Amino acid sequence: MSKKFFNSGQHWVWLNAGAISISIIMVVGLLLLIAVRGLSHFWPAEVKTFDVVQGEEVIQVMGEIHNTEDDIQNGVERQQYLIKTGNRDVYGLDFKWLDVKNIEDTKVNDDVIVVERREWGNLYGFLSSVTKDGTIYREDPQALQDIIERALDIHGEIRDIETGDIGAINYAMEQLRLEQRVLELDGELTDEAQAELDKRRAELQEEFLSYQEQLQILYTDIKRDTAEFTLIGGEKITLTAGNIVRAFQPNQMGFWSKLGHYFSKIGEFIFDEPREANTEGGVFPAIFGTVLMVLLMSVVVTPLGVVAAVYMREYAKQGPLTRTIRIAVNNLAGVPSIVYGVFGLGFFVYFLGGSIDELFYPEVSPSPMFGTPGLIWASLTLALLTLPVVIVSTEEGLARIPKSIREGSLALGATKFETLRKTVLPMASPAMMTGLILAVARAAGEVAPLMLVGVVKLAPTLPLDGNAPFLHLERKFMHLGFHIYDVGFQSPNVEAARPLVYATALLLVLIIILLNIAAIKIRNNLREKYKSLEQ
Amino acid sequence: MTQVLEEKTIEQHLADEKIAIEVEKLNLFYGQKQALYDIDMKIPEKKVTAFIGPSGCGKSTLLRCFNRMNDLVDIARVAGDINIHGNNINRPGVDVAELRRNVGMVFQKPNPFPKSIYENIAYGLRLQGINKRRVLDEVVEWALKGAALWDEVKDRLHENALGMSGGQQQRLCIARAIAVQPEVLLLDEPASALDPISTLKIEELIHELKNDYTIVIVTHNMQQAARVSDYTAFMYMGDMVEFDQTDTIFTNPSQKKTEDYITGRYG
Repeated sequence: MSKKFFNSGQHWVWLNAGAISISIIMVVGLLLLIAVRGLSHFWPAEVKTFDVVQGEEVIQVMGEIHNTEDDIQNGVERQQYLIKTGNRDVYGLDFKWLDVKNIEDTKVNDDVIVVERREWGNLYGFLSSVTKDGTIYREDPQALQDIIERALDIHGEIRDIETGDIGAINYAMEQLRLEQRVLELDGELTDEAQAELDKRRAELQEEFLSYQEQLQILYTDIKRDTAEFTLIGGEKITLTAGNIVRAFQPNQMGFWSKLGHYFSKIGEFIFDEPREANTEGGVFPAIFGTVLMVLLMSVVVTPLGVVAAVYMREYAKQGPLTRTIRIAVNNLAGVPSIVYGVFGLGFFVYFLGGSIDELFYPEVSPSPMFGTPGLIWASLTLALLTLPVVIVSTEEGLARIPKSIREGSLALGATKFETLRKTVLPMASPAMMTGLILAVARAAGEVAPLMLVGVVKLAPTLPLDGNAPFLHLERKFMHLGFHIYDVGFQSPNVEAARPLVYATALLLVLIIILLNIAAIKIRNNLREKYKSLEQ
Repeated sequence: MTQVLEEKTIEQHLADEKIAIEVEKLNLFYGQKQALYDIDMKIPEKKVTAFIGPSGCGKSTLLRCFNRMNDLVDIARVAGDINIHGNNINRPGVDVAELRRNVGMVFQKPNPFPKSIYENIAYGLRLQGINKRRVLDEVVEWALKGAALWDEVKDRLHENALGMSGGQQQRLCIARAIAVQPEVLLLDEPASALDPISTLKIEELIHELKNDYTIVIVTHNMQQAARVSDYTAFMYMGDMVEFDQTDTIFTNPSQKKTEDYITGRYG
């Protein structure tokens, strides 16, 4: 029986099936873990009030149960709650450990209100009064919502003016300064030119002042309304409406309003900018930076890899030299990515960027323009990193095109180049796309080299904006992978930010999957078009 | 046939014909190995000339010399002259693409491009810079009719050529070759991968085509050579053993080797 079993090869089948099952379970488990941990963060948790015995007296603690931990201390088993109490401005910390056996009573108070603030994290407390246009409303949540809504509108206006209009003026001012510097360097800064520049500068200055005035008004407006809250310990806190992002009463919310809250939080996470050292708010700049960098990398790596592969496979004489080059290219794929980062910093940033600055932008000196880490250098570094993948798969694709098809084209009077362009390359395009898919998958997840060549914790502006030339390749950018590292390990409030780490990780995986699906779709279309290879 | 005609030698026959291809002292080497030995022959215009012989005798190699397809083999080296309508194609400086436009070729296995039927035929024309829709339409129809394929495919010109049957694909390859109006058509075992009915169609087509083209065909199938060709060359181990009118080769070969092959003693 067992001999028969082994001879039939069944044990190999089982072994292989087992290996595949383990791989699938691990991948699915990983995705599930980050999905559950990340997505549950946005669900509004119940806020509880605990009566805790502390020595002689009983104090009250209010917050969400963030975590439960069992451990053994001095041989005694104990259970602890990690309570997110918020109110960092008052308590100094966002979190508090409570020993379960010290808790005398747990209550759920319907009036509890959670306030998300622009500073100091969440506030957990009770609304005592709202001052709206000088009128005082006692314990009126609707009035609170009104002033928040009004403040958010004003906040939006302020943001538009500050980043949009004033940003454009700053940009124009900088251009003007550079223009003057260019004239100065060329020795053409005549009095007339100077007067012209001064005139334009004065115009900008005037524009700036008018915006400044508007801002002044808006800033007064946004501070006009206030709300007063009482914390569980009796402390009073007064917030201006402009400092509040959102206020809600989780213990009163039904399922549907919780669901609405959930999706609005997810929307904020995806489409908003980060707040409070990246531990709150959204990750939009990081998503944008990741996708833009991967796209730029694809634009660079595909033609370069294809051209290299075509030369190696179609034109170069096959011999020991080409073989050596091929092995070298394959081995490049195995070089640790941080090495590429170092190379990128040394060659692209300092040498290439520095030379560009020297040759074309002498006016920006001493502050560098291209001679500093930025989007373009990050894209080029990653293009270099993924080049071997594209070369190898394109070469394989070219090798798979049947000789008969090439001969058919040549026999009709096509030159080698025409044959390549009209027949061979289109037929090999699915293989090129395969290379690109692998390249994108690798590049989107790469973090280490980026830290050296362009990624920052917080970029003041997106690399794409309304100021000509619109795409600013020299700017620094944010990246989801680095964001995970930064939020998870470098932030001042690691505990509070941890769910965001999971959520960001999930988002990164989703984006890579999306980019891949897009590329796979294109490849399958091409395959459908050129499916002669299956014959 | 009169007695006088039968006694004519091949030289005398060829003297009456216009000569399309003239091969002089052609030797071909694959690296160290010689594949063709001192081939001398004259191929008449607007006739069908067949090359027969056992596998590996060099008949395909010789055929591929006529449009310099052997250039694609890195180790192949050719010595000797081939004159096509008086031009030596082995001379340095010959435009090979131009040569291949004049000497079309159809391969053993149908090799349509993974494009539409229409685009397959337009391919050669587009290479010459002919992109006018009206001209292309005309030539496509003419070529497909010439290859006896028009009636079968006229309603699906823009479908992928790979959806056709093997025999249709091979006739498409012939249509593709004649679309550029070459002077010579080389057929390298064009029916060996096809079923008998498709083979018959191809053979009928060859009959039609010889009115306009000089056709050189390599075939394994002796009946096919006997059916379609006017002249037949028997090759063996890289040598041109015998070249004569097809009737003579099959009924009264002058060489013992030819007779052995034809009667099935080897090959």
